[in-house]
Amino acid sequence: MTDAALPRSAPTRAPIREATAWDRLKTNRNWLGFWFMVPAAAFLILFLAYPLGLGIWLSFTDTRIGRPGEFIGIENYEWVLGDRKFQDAVFNTLFYTTIASIAKFAIGLYLAILLNHHLPFKAMIRAIVLIPFIVPTVLSAIAFWWIFDPTFSIISWTLKEMGWRTTNINFLGDAWNARWSVIFANVWRGVPFIAITLLAGLQTVPPSLYEAATLDGATRWQMFRHITYPLLTPIIAVVMTFSVLFTFTDFQLIKVLTNGGPAGATELMATMSYNTAILGGKIGEGAAISTAMIPFLLGAIMISWFGLQRRKWQQGED
Amino acid sequence: MTIKTPSLDRRSFLSGTATLGAGAMLAGSGLTDFARAWAQSAPFKPEANASIQLLRWKRFIQAEEDGFMALVDAFSKATGVKVNVINESLDDVQPKASVAANTNQGPDMFWGLYSLPHLFPAKCTDVSDVCNYLGKKYGGWAPTAETYGKSQGKWIALPVAYNANVINYRQSMIEKAGFKSIPKDTAGFLEMMKALKAKSVPGGFALGRASGDGNAWVHWVLWSHGGNTVDKADKVVINSPETAKALEYAKALSDTFVPGTASWNDAFNNKAFLAGEVSVTNNGVSIYAAAKAGADKDPKMKEIRDDMNHSTWPVGPVGRPTEFHIAYPMLIMKYSKAPNACKAFMTFMMEAENYNKWLESAVAYLSHPLKAYDANPVWTSDPKLGVAKTAAWDTLTAGGQGSVGERAASALADFVVLDMFASVCTGRETVQGAMAVADRQLKRIYR
Repeated sequence: MTDAALPRSAPTRAPIREATAWDRLKTNRNWLGFWFMVPAAAFLILFLAYPLGLGIWLSFTDTRIGRPGEFIGIENYEWVLGDRKFQDAVFNTLFYTTIASIAKFAIGLYLAILLNHHLPFKAMIRAIVLIPFIVPTVLSAIAFWWIFDPTFSIISWTLKEMGWRTTNINFLGDAWNARWSVIFANVWRGVPFIAITLLAGLQTVPPSLYEAATLDGATRWQMFRHITYPLLTPIIAVVMTFSVLFTFTDFQLIKVLTNGGPAGATELMATMSYNTAILGGKIGEGAAISTAMIPFLLGAIMISWFGLQRRKWQQGED
Repeated sequence: MTIKTPSLDRRSFLSGTATLGAGAMLAGSGLTDFARAWAQSAPFKPEANASIQLLRWKRFIQAEEDGFMALVDAFSKATGVKVNVINESLDDVQPKASVAANTNQGPDMFWGLYSLPHLFPAKCTDVSDVCNYLGKKYGGWAPTAETYGKSQGKWIALPVAYNANVINYRQSMIEKAGFKSIPKDTAGFLEMMKALKAKSVPGGFALGRASGDGNAWVHWVLWSHGGNTVDKADKVVINSPETAKALEYAKALSDTFVPGTASWNDAFNNKAFLAGEVSVTNNGVSIYAAAKAGADKDPKMKEIRDDMNHSTWPVGPVGRPTEFHIAYPMLIMKYSKAPNACKAFMTFMMEAENYNKWLESAVAYLSHPLKAYDANPVWTSDPKLGVAKTAAWDTLTAGGQGSVGERAASALADFVVLDMFASVCTGRETVQGAMAVADRQLKRIYR
């Protein structure tokens, strides 16, 4: 039985099958990449693109609460643009955003530079600076509500006790006082975000640059102007973009402090949109007011990105 | 029985399953016995294992809420229907109801202000059976209750109660200004306010976006001078000589106010009055209730309690009262899975055995819409409270001469009239300019 000693012939291998389309898809990097992107894209579409698209669509309809609307073209926009209250709200929003953003930037940058130096209890001071940002907006708004109260204001009380005034300050009952008061509250709340973010940026500036500048005999202002500021520009662009967007769309502070009063002097586009759509039931009109905010917001973003980020070295070029 | 108390959060909610205190009160009151007997013969049979949620305006008087929760607890015990009561501040009820109506999700019942149900009449369950039953049993509804409750001949909401918005004043302060009582006409009233500013403590009315107090006084001024937002056919007539006169009168009146009224919401005048900073304001009788509640511990509160009083509004050139009291209608959303349980609750709440006790616990903060409750002891127990008794019969309705529908609700929600007065009183607009802005807004709403 010599045959028995012979090794058995190896089992025949299955022929290599043709790669199916599915196999190719499984190993196709682009296809896999697409699938990895799907959750993020779905999230963005569901929670950002869809509401935005719906909002824009609603602004072209006469939808009211509890009743679907019909397409009415640009009628809502025509009405809103001719409305004195809307024109006032646009002015208020631009004024509020501009002044508050400039003030927040100036104070935030000053604080960041201050905190970047070696100070005693540095960690604790940095934590304290963050407090206004940590407190929920509604709570800080209520605190300011009391601070600006026409009858019980601590500021009025202190000034009266010191003999500097005989009457209470009409913080929220006078148009300009109210505007400055809400701006003050917004700045108080917004400064920590800017200060801490800029501080983080400052800490990425290599100390060797300052050393070199010192050796060259640069003054402190020259060091700030030619080292700190240019290197901080990308962070400033990001932080100010966010700051402008947050301020432009501010709602809570105004709602609690003045509810748009006195007589519409502090009405912002965001509060007006809410009041029109949710309180007044006119969803189409409210959506038109919200949508009208988009060009302003896009404008703010453009200025930030093209104005502050045009430096070539930031785009990877030399 | 679970106990849940309001947290510090503004949106705190209180579980409807009543408090232990309310339970103890029930044991002695016989409310549960009545509830059980009532449940046997109730005109509306709740669905099996029903559970309902009610969103109401947050109470201004603790005793009122205690009385209400006792009633809720009795209903739950007798019928087995769980009732969750969520409390929201007055200004937050409407946005929540609006969102619920739009999304077909949320509490089964909403209890809000003025013409809230008319913002979305198509979403409200027909409660004609409840209201007809109650009207027949308790001497009939006040005409304004029918106006607020009905849409196209059907009851879309139950007009539960009113809150009389009246003039609150300090007797000693108006006497110092040379007046014995609140003048009965608008001209005399202006003279008194001027004298108060010159010789005593000034008065003040809310010019901020105060849904209750702000709307009440500016509508009084508008109507008392013959001005109106719309006529009987809902045609916009705000831009008129009568409105101009009303605005001029309000401007003159506001010149006598304490500083800051342009920022006042519904709570500011209460605080200022209780601090002795204001001699005359408009409000419900809740300032008096707060003074009474604090009188035992605080001599200042005792002084205010003894010194303050209430008055109806002066009559203007039109020669008849033009008051604007707050209506509190309750509605059932059409999406509710337990409409019968809701109807049963509404009926139970308004039955004399419950409503009378609750009305007493509200110490005249709430006024009844059904004639039979004229006999409630609260109206004779304290002469200072009698002024609120006929609020439902004295008030004009949202929209004035016009219909109390969706458009009137929208105009009220947009603060068209209040903003018009505030812009003139604060000097931001001329009389003509303010009327033109309001006219444009109203024409859009009533188009």
